[in-house]
Amino acid sequence: MNDQIIAADWMFTATVLGMALVTYAMRAGGYWIMGQVPLTARVRRALEALPGAIIVSTILPIILKGGVSTVMALIAAILVMALIRRDFVAVVLAAVVAALCRLGGL
Amino acid sequence: MRTAPFPTSDLMNETPVTLSVSGCLKGIRLSIPILPGAMVFGAVFGTVCAQKGLTFVETMMINSLVFAGASQFVAMELYQAQLTYGIMLAMIGVTAAVNMRMLLIGASLRPWLGSVPGWQTYPALYLLTDINWLLSLREYGKGERDWGIYLGSGVFLWFMWAISVIPGYLAGSVVADPSVWGLDVVLPAFFAVMLVPLWKGKRQTVSWGVAGLCSLATWYVFGGYWGIMTGAVSGALAGALIDE
Repeated sequence: MNDQIIAADWMFTATVLGMALVTYAMRAGGYWIMGQVPLTARVRRALEALPGAIIVSTILPIILKGGVSTVMALIAAILVMALIRRDFVAVVLAAVVAALCRLGGL
Repeated sequence: MRTAPFPTSDLMNETPVTLSVSGCLKGIRLSIPILPGAMVFGAVFGTVCAQKGLTFVETMMINSLVFAGASQFVAMELYQAQLTYGIMLAMIGVTAAVNMRMLLIGASLRPWLGSVPGWQTYPALYLLTDINWLLSLREYGKGERDWGIYLGSGVFLWFMWAISVIPGYLAGSVVADPSVWGLDVVLPAFFAVMLVPLWKGKRQTVSWGVAGLCSLATWYVFGGYWGIMTGAVSGALAGALIDE
């Protein structure tokens, strides 16, 4: 019984270390690879375009899964950001809009 | 030397990158808007761990060592009290799949941190998350060259994330359903508003359009997180190929 618990704990610890290790490999790996590639004008332009492309690719599926309330929240956030450039206000407003939409059954 | 394609680009700015305490404090201050959303999700993760039967130490361990929210949730979906090597590999595998975007996020930091010595950047990359990446990127775009922004926000977010599981683990469920309070849109909104300062004109429009199409097509066909990779890479390539 006790052995089983210890065995499970050991396995869990190994699993966590494996998860942390692959995640670190991703965190450091992309940065490392770009250090091996000469930063030509074209590579710099690719890196410059990368953040926006990551953001768009990340939020589009979230928007489609999230439905009307998520769409309304993100539109509100982007509008506020475009108008007053305060991310804090935009993010808080997004949460409020999403909560109100859901309260209203959207 | 060809400088013509970048008449106004920050990437050609040769101001040296520095590190200071005030930069770290600024990083901490800038990450405060995202803190409530992040910590509520940490608390929910604590609740999930308690329901799955993890001990307190195990919960603290997975949460603070892996430090990548979405992948932790997905991995815990696979967790069984009686772990086998198969489940172990599956948990590590989904973690890799969900966090693959870190490869690209890290790559995009190269122009920012490339001149900082490796013995400083490689340990610091352990702290890389979507949040401090977005913050660092935004400040870099404004001309900031103190990478304390990245380091300070990274350490701060790691600490707050590490302790955020405690109330959720102990209380069972502090926040039963974050979506009622709209808290699930906080991180996506934080992502979305970053697009505003990043948009400069035609190159972004085309690059983001390509990224969006590829990401959605991949998502429809395969589901999961692969769309982030295909969309981001295709968008970056499109951005690289457009001459201004």
